[in-house]
Amino acid sequence: MSAIAPALAAASALAAAGTAAGLVLPERARPAAVGACTAGVGAAGLAAGVAALGGQRWSASLPDLLPLAGVHLAVDALSGLFIAVSGGVIVAAAVYGIGYTRHGLAGRGVQAILPLFAWTLVLVPAGASVSTFLLLWELRAASSLLLVVAEHRRRASVREAGVWYAVMTHLGLVALLAALALFAARAGGETFAALRAGAGGLSPAVRGTVFVLALLAFGSKAGAVPLHAWLPRAHPEAPSNVSALMSTAMVNLGAYGVIRTGFDLLGGGPRWWGLLTVALGAVTAVYGIVQAAVATDLKRLLAYSTSENLGLVLVGVGAALLFDAGGNEELAALALAAALLHVVNHAAFKALLFCAAGSVLHATGTRDVDGLGGLRPRMPVTTALFAVGALGAIALPPGNGFVSEWLLLQALIHGLAVPGVTTAVMLPVAIAAIALSAGLAAAAFVKALGVGFFARPRSAAAMRAGESPRTMLAGMGLCAAACAGLALLPGALADGLGRAVGATGTDSRRIIIGGELNLQLSGLTGRLAPLWIAVALAAAGPPCCWCCARSPARRAAARPRSGTAVPERPPRAWSTPPPPSPNPCSASSTTSSPPNRTSTSRPCVNPPTWSSGSATSAKCPTGSSTASTPRSCDRSPAPDGRPGASPTAACTAISGTASPPWSCCSSPWR
Amino acid sequence: MNLTGTAAVAAQVGLVTAGAPWLAGLMRQVRARLEGRAGPGIGQPWRDLRKQLRKQPVTATGTGPAFRTAPLVLVATALVVTALVPLASTRTPVSGHADLIVVVALLALGTVALALAGLDTGTAFGGMGASREMTVAALVEPTLLMSVFALSIPAGSTNLADIVSGAVHDPGRLATPTGLLAAVALLAVTVAETGRLPVDNPSTHLELTMIHEAMVLEYSGPDLALIELGAQLRLTVLLGLLAALFTPWGITTGTGWAALALALVLLAAKVALLGSVLAAAEVFLAKIRLFRVPELLAGASELAIARAGFAAGLGWAVTVALVLVLVAFAALTGRSARMLLGPPPEPATPVRFGASVWLPLLAGLLACAALGITTAPLADLLAAAASIGGH
Repeated sequence: MSAIAPALAAASALAAAGTAAGLVLPERARPAAVGACTAGVGAAGLAAGVAALGGQRWSASLPDLLPLAGVHLAVDALSGLFIAVSGGVIVAAAVYGIGYTRHGLAGRGVQAILPLFAWTLVLVPAGASVSTFLLLWELRAASSLLLVVAEHRRRASVREAGVWYAVMTHLGLVALLAALALFAARAGGETFAALRAGAGGLSPAVRGTVFVLALLAFGSKAGAVPLHAWLPRAHPEAPSNVSALMSTAMVNLGAYGVIRTGFDLLGGGPRWWGLLTVALGAVTAVYGIVQAAVATDLKRLLAYSTSENLGLVLVGVGAALLFDAGGNEELAALALAAALLHVVNHAAFKALLFCAAGSVLHATGTRDVDGLGGLRPRMPVTTALFAVGALGAIALPPGNGFVSEWLLLQALIHGLAVPGVTTAVMLPVAIAAIALSAGLAAAAFVKALGVGFFARPRSAAAMRAGESPRTMLAGMGLCAAACAGLALLPGALADGLGRAVGATGTDSRRIIIGGELNLQLSGLTGRLAPLWIAVALAAAGPPCCWCCARSPARRAAARPRSGTAVPERPPRAWSTPPPPSPNPCSASSTTSSPPNRTSTSRPCVNPPTWSSGSATSAKCPTGSSTASTPRSCDRSPAPDGRPGASPTAACTAISGTASPPWSCCSSPWR
Repeated sequence: MNLTGTAAVAAQVGLVTAGAPWLAGLMRQVRARLEGRAGPGIGQPWRDLRKQLRKQPVTATGTGPAFRTAPLVLVATALVVTALVPLASTRTPVSGHADLIVVVALLALGTVALALAGLDTGTAFGGMGASREMTVAALVEPTLLMSVFALSIPAGSTNLADIVSGAVHDPGRLATPTGLLAAVALLAVTVAETGRLPVDNPSTHLELTMIHEAMVLEYSGPDLALIELGAQLRLTVLLGLLAALFTPWGITTGTGWAALALALVLLAAKVALLGSVLAAAEVFLAKIRLFRVPELLAGASELAIARAGFAAGLGWAVTVALVLVLVAFAALTGRSARMLLGPPPEPATPVRFGASVWLPLLAGLLACAALGITTAPLADLLAAAASIGGH
């Protein structure tokens, strides 16, 4: 007896109940009831997906439900993977949304549509005929559009984003409609089973047209360049719980569509399909992360990072198509497994990041990274959770993103075994794109975390920030737990991934061996043990602590680590009073170079405050303050006393109360 | 679980940890002597570390866990990498996990931790240093991964032990143009990753020109000691990696004790030699402007890509790319001419031009002239290049 059918039935019932609750209940009780029902939809989806990944299959035909065509649903392991990911994200986002939507977003329309949107996210991968799939796809598009414009009365940018989203998503729908209609017409049937059977008899031109149109349609949904324009506009403007869903479960459907159409329905194709997909993915990955690195809007940065990650998924899918066309099914299965694992990992960390960004927005009312700062002492849990998500996003161990990028790189590096000049050209370029995007992702997320959360507040709003309500923290905690699990024990997913890859028709003979806490590639030499890396890192730290703790100064007196001034022993730099030179502040610098051309390397973003010579000397600490006082940039007149002429940029230690800390440097990030 | 392998890991971790400050001292001493100074002796970094460890820890107010844990993360990643890389033996208990991609990622993790610490201090220089470091790191990572790609093709694996033991048994694999290009790319990355000239000046005292040092300005006492040790460890292990990948001779692939001892001695000698050469080269280099750093690293990436292109038999594509590099070089020359030509901006103090300056300069020029006249020692290499490029 399959567990899928009751789970999907429960999801549908809960979605109906949630919509009803959103319409009927009073505003006070609405967020909690709707959130609980939506979380139930997600949990049911997760159960169905996990059952499908465990090897169960289910299909149903309801010929009377939809006129002329009927409704056909089927769940195999590939659908199961996407249903499970959607379900998991929905649970976390729904719990988070209870706290998030309580103020200002508890309106009837938004609350009633949220369960419906969640339900379509679970059901789209189960659609098994052209008309069913398109119906669910369009329901998803319409409900998400209504959620994007939820705050349209507050900001004009929401309206603009809504128009962009509506136009782009329907251009995609037109392409998809054309592709599937052409496919169904030539294959002689509109159920997926009929398409699969008829795909072999199509002419290469028709197959190519269908694939390119489907790639355009699904690629635009996945945020692929140049059809990504809606993504960085719509995702930041939607409410954060909806952004988390859109940026994970919804864009994943684009990847699902490409895999389902390219591998399962069309059964693979010539080499140029793979090349086109890899090129699309590589360009998207690099473009997305470059945009993310320069973005100052926190949610826009995350949206562009979504575009990048889906680009990486497309690289994996394209490489699989390429290897499949080259006749190496084992490598194709490996590349596809890497892409699917990245879908899962990306969903976990990106949902967490969007929820954390939403918490920041909730607490400060701003998304501008340059106007934040200093959130770590004020929102410690949110900062820690954002850091967990960022560790996944920068694809470094022990984060979860590293595991899937490692698999993807392994697939591409071993891919040179597939003969052919095109492969030999494409793979190095693809690897370079992945590597560049990984490097830039590190820069982007160091900026987001370091500038957005660390240091001192740079605006009054950031100064007043406080920690989020418990339901929001709980939702983020669920995501963080998923990230940790995926990062440390990816081997547990190996069997499910194998089944999902097998469902595409690619021959997968246990390409990845899980178990014993590591991932091992069978047939190729490659092994990764994320848990051991994490354990080794954790084990290497304490000896260093011990080494420091044994230092005589610490043994003598267990002083508080964070620095208050120590009266009997002023820090070395200021142990002697600065000499009474015209510019005492530069006395700390050992150079006596002539005035620098400071115009090319200003430390300040804003025009600096010019201080007179006496004020400058007054700011220099002589012993009351210590080197532990945070520095702030300042400019002092040149040593020769010419006011304003060729100033030397010097760094003076000023006391934190002398001026608002954000008055001098708007952002340390240059 | 062989005893020799375990001993090899322990010995190489011990040797690298103990030797890293000595290497830094050696490099400083070489520079000092070449610049005509007496130098503090090669034991100075150890003395510095001892002194800093005894000092009282001071932490900037307002900083949090990112600032406190960054030195630990830096040292921990460097130590794990040291244990993973097959510096002395390819048959160790961890050699199955010694994946080159993991090594690259762990080194990047240390960089990221330090950049976050720089931002956590909230100072202008910390943020500036972090931003510059991440700019460099964003280019270092692709270059490193392209080198990984180039190196792992002949071995058919990204496992370091496989790559090294493959090179030990088949040294011909190194003497290809592709291997040479990968070596140059890796060297450029080593320079950038460890904050040496011409990317960063490790001994600068001017905050505005700092990259690495700007991030760690707020550290003092034991934390600073850990950061310096971490930086020295990274330099040592990267030079060791370079030596292991491109001169793998001496690294034991068996389980003999004598071979292991020899491997450790050779490791020390190779790393010391590489460090001295690097230090000597630094004497003749000025720090390049930050905006030029990407060109240096992009150059390293281009080398790696050109290598892959040749391996695929695509001589014409690489030729076109190289012509473009030539155009870029012409543009660079045009720019730098303005730096070299024209009157000096102000009366500068003349530099003493002693024997220690002109001797290495003359040796370098003579080597260039010799290579310009005859390529006899490289004839085989060029023939190999021609045969690969032409098929």
